[in-house]
Amino acid sequence: MNAATLFGLCGAVLVGLGLYGIIVHHEPIRKILAFNLLGGGVFVLFGIIARRGAAAGFGGDPVPQALVITGIVVAFSASAVAVTLVMRLFEVNEAARREARSGHSAEDAG
Amino acid sequence: MTGETTAALLATTSGGYLLVLAIMLPLIGTIAIVLLGGQRAERVALVVAPLGLVIAAAILASVWSSGQPLVYIVGGWRPPLGLALRSDGISAVMIAITAIVMCATVLFARGQFRGPAPGVEGRAQMVFWSLLLAVWGALNAVFLGDDLFNLYVALELLTFGAVPLVCLDGRAETLSAALRYLLFALMGSVLYLLGVALIYGAYGTLDIVLLAGVVRSEPVIWVAVALMTVGLIAKTALFPLHLWLPNAHAGAPAAASAILSALVVKGSFFLILRLWFDVMPGQIHLPAQILGFLGAGAILLGSVLALRQARLKLLIAYSTIAQIGYLFLLFPLAVGSGIASPFASIAWTAGLLQLASHAFAKAAMFMAAGMIYEALGHDRIDRLGGAGRVVPIAVFAFAIGGLSLMGLPPSGGFSAKWMLLQASVGEGQWWWIIVITLGGLLAAGYIFRVISPTLIQPFPAPELKAVVPVSRQGVALALALFAVLLGFVPLEPWPLLQIGRTAVEAHLP
Amino acid sequence: MTLLPLYYGLLALLVIGVAWWTLVARETMAAVIGFIAYGMLLGLVWAGIASVDVALTEAAIGGGVTGVLLLRAAARLRPTEPAPHEKPGLVFRVLVGIFCAIVTIGLAVVVLFPTDPAPSLAIAAAEHLPALELGNPVTAVLIAYRALDTMLEKVVLLLALIGVWSLGPDRNWGGLPGRAPAVVTDSALTFLAKLLPPIGIVFGVYLLWTSADNPGGAFQGGTVLAAMWILAMMAGLRAPPAIGSRALRLLLLSGTITFIVVGFAGFLIAGGFLSYPAAFPKALILLIEIPMTLTIAVTLGLLVSGPAERDKTS
Repeated sequence: MNAATLFGLCGAVLVGLGLYGIIVHHEPIRKILAFNLLGGGVFVLFGIIARRGAAAGFGGDPVPQALVITGIVVAFSASAVAVTLVMRLFEVNEAARREARSGHSAEDAG
Repeated sequence: MTGETTAALLATTSGGYLLVLAIMLPLIGTIAIVLLGGQRAERVALVVAPLGLVIAAAILASVWSSGQPLVYIVGGWRPPLGLALRSDGISAVMIAITAIVMCATVLFARGQFRGPAPGVEGRAQMVFWSLLLAVWGALNAVFLGDDLFNLYVALELLTFGAVPLVCLDGRAETLSAALRYLLFALMGSVLYLLGVALIYGAYGTLDIVLLAGVVRSEPVIWVAVALMTVGLIAKTALFPLHLWLPNAHAGAPAAASAILSALVVKGSFFLILRLWFDVMPGQIHLPAQILGFLGAGAILLGSVLALRQARLKLLIAYSTIAQIGYLFLLFPLAVGSGIASPFASIAWTAGLLQLASHAFAKAAMFMAAGMIYEALGHDRIDRLGGAGRVVPIAVFAFAIGGLSLMGLPPSGGFSAKWMLLQASVGEGQWWWIIVITLGGLLAAGYIFRVISPTLIQPFPAPELKAVVPVSRQGVALALALFAVLLGFVPLEPWPLLQIGRTAVEAHLP
Repeated sequence: MTLLPLYYGLLALLVIGVAWWTLVARETMAAVIGFIAYGMLLGLVWAGIASVDVALTEAAIGGGVTGVLLLRAAARLRPTEPAPHEKPGLVFRVLVGIFCAIVTIGLAVVVLFPTDPAPSLAIAAAEHLPALELGNPVTAVLIAYRALDTMLEKVVLLLALIGVWSLGPDRNWGGLPGRAPAVVTDSALTFLAKLLPPIGIVFGVYLLWTSADNPGGAFQGGTVLAAMWILAMMAGLRAPPAIGSRALRLLLLSGTITFIVVGFAGFLIAGGFLSYPAAFPKALILLIEIPMTLTIAVTLGLLVSGPAERDKTS
């Protein structure tokens, strides 16, 4: 088995693991992690396709390599938006909880 | 198809530059807003909107009159190495629908988002206007892209433009709806991307026109297209991956809900059409039936849930799930007994008619719901009494849009559903007839549930929270009337929709 | 030489093991640390399949910066991490597991029985390199053959940033990103932020240096340098700028605007959108690359910094 096939199988397993995590995990942050695992697997599959297409003196087909570079940046942006959303939701809920608690204690005092 | 004719399909045509403008103009608008500041955003949008409409009209006119698709080879690099933009008849129609709804939304949203002081940028103001134009550019990129990876980037543009619009008000409920939407959308994107990788690995090209010539029925293409379809279904909110839609579409500001429901979900739907009809070779009966059954499930479930909602905006959002279902009936009916079947082209026309009339009607209804909310300060359906008095034009627009959803004549919705029935009979697929009829009855139920209380004048009269200008109500009415006008197109296949279809051309003698 | 297959085999097993750990770790923080290791190992995988450009991008962005982003979130969420009470039922998990296994098997079949000979655009990509005066074929794909992808991807970055900004409170709009002046409390983060930048800068400079022989490498190098700037910013060495600042907005958009202007200039000087004139392609490509590197660096940095949560004066 050559390196491309080996890493290709590795990518296939990573895709399965990531997909499982996205569906089964309940917490958003764990879903985001699983999304990134899955993304990594997809990019590796692109990588072995690039490797198999090595020609013209290049170590790989530059087209899928370029697609991966674009893809990694897009996946990162997605994670940034998702993480910020999770944090914001957490803070808004936290503030509401604090307010409820202080309102509650004020009632007790009154 | 021989290599020579394929190559001939992929050369810049005269007027091809219009496709570049259709994508870039709204995006340049987005950039201008970020640069000049949100306080000037409305003015930028008011410049971009009419220009966008003119470009859309020019594309439609050009494809229609020449009977040929418009093509632009970007940078002069021909596929497979480079990228092509291509507008066939269906793309041109989608671009036109988008331009009309976008222009209406720009007019409707004027003055809705203000900064903290005149001349000072506000958060919602900058975000709404910049992303509205971005969604426009992204949709045009989805409709015109001819390369599957370029379409992936376009889909991501669409997702990143749409998600923040959902939680513009920053409340916990809308944040949570936006997060759910984003997670579904991201899973969809990554599955789509996986399919793209497999297709490149098998055929060495991602160009749809070139792929149509080389794809064979083999495991790799089935795995790839299945993964991509699941991903796109998640983004389109087709049953059973619809769970994110209601809260997301109902939580957004009215102007944003309008484009999310009317247009954004149709971007990913359009790509499912492209994959199955333009990339896959022949024999797709089974998957087409499966997609049809999911659509039927969506029609029934969405309508029943819409009937049970207590809030108006949620009702409209659930109705979107049902109406998306109708779009998927296009698959089994257009595949039917073969590409040459007369009922296939009837199904195509019905599908596009449904898409257009739902876009206009749904945008109008969300706008109307937003104005009812502004006027009454709530959107609880059991307390809509008097709405007909305070925002009469908005309520009228809602009712007219509702006619189209129910499928009552004259309306685009009626024509679409009539032609779907015709195609079902013609193809001998009687089971869709039951679903279409039942869906129409249920729609009538949920629309009347809204209309009837608005006509009652309660005592004491409801307190008026805000005066909604007639001009904004007029925008919603105009859109609803567009949906009605579509009911006057002749009930026969539009040749326009067949222009530039690779599959059709491949089957020509 | 005979050790190489063994090394690859171990690497593949290690990547899968770390991914598994990330998936099943009880604590989010532990999962995130697993994920960072995953990103680094994937970098080695990429080096193993001869894609240095991608290896660096994956290690810097996929592992490093995404890792930092998630570490910070995990640290912030930790005090209230709920017990995993709503764990889905066993039947559901088994069904999902079967579904995912089918996907993996489907992909494995495609990997084991690939199209032969493998299709490739390498030769076509090489053919036009001299005309573009470029040495690096990946750069040629990014900036010439598939320039529209790259341009739209820059808009994706911008939209993501607008999305991140939109998640701040109204009252701080236009102010400074982040909560408090970069106080780094998490030891793992401090460690990473101190460890990575020197390595990254060496890599980035290496890329710029090779760009002398391999014209156009600056594009990928910029991404790596940007990643290091973010880490430095997070370690408190640099304060993020106010998001309402006109100068910042201009910097943020400079690369994209240049790209679009050059793209449209192509209509006049090279016969079409995003065409480069045969006489001086290299000059125009450099003209795009330099501000683009800035745009990428600033956007990535601001994406990690988060929405404005402080006033300009604070």
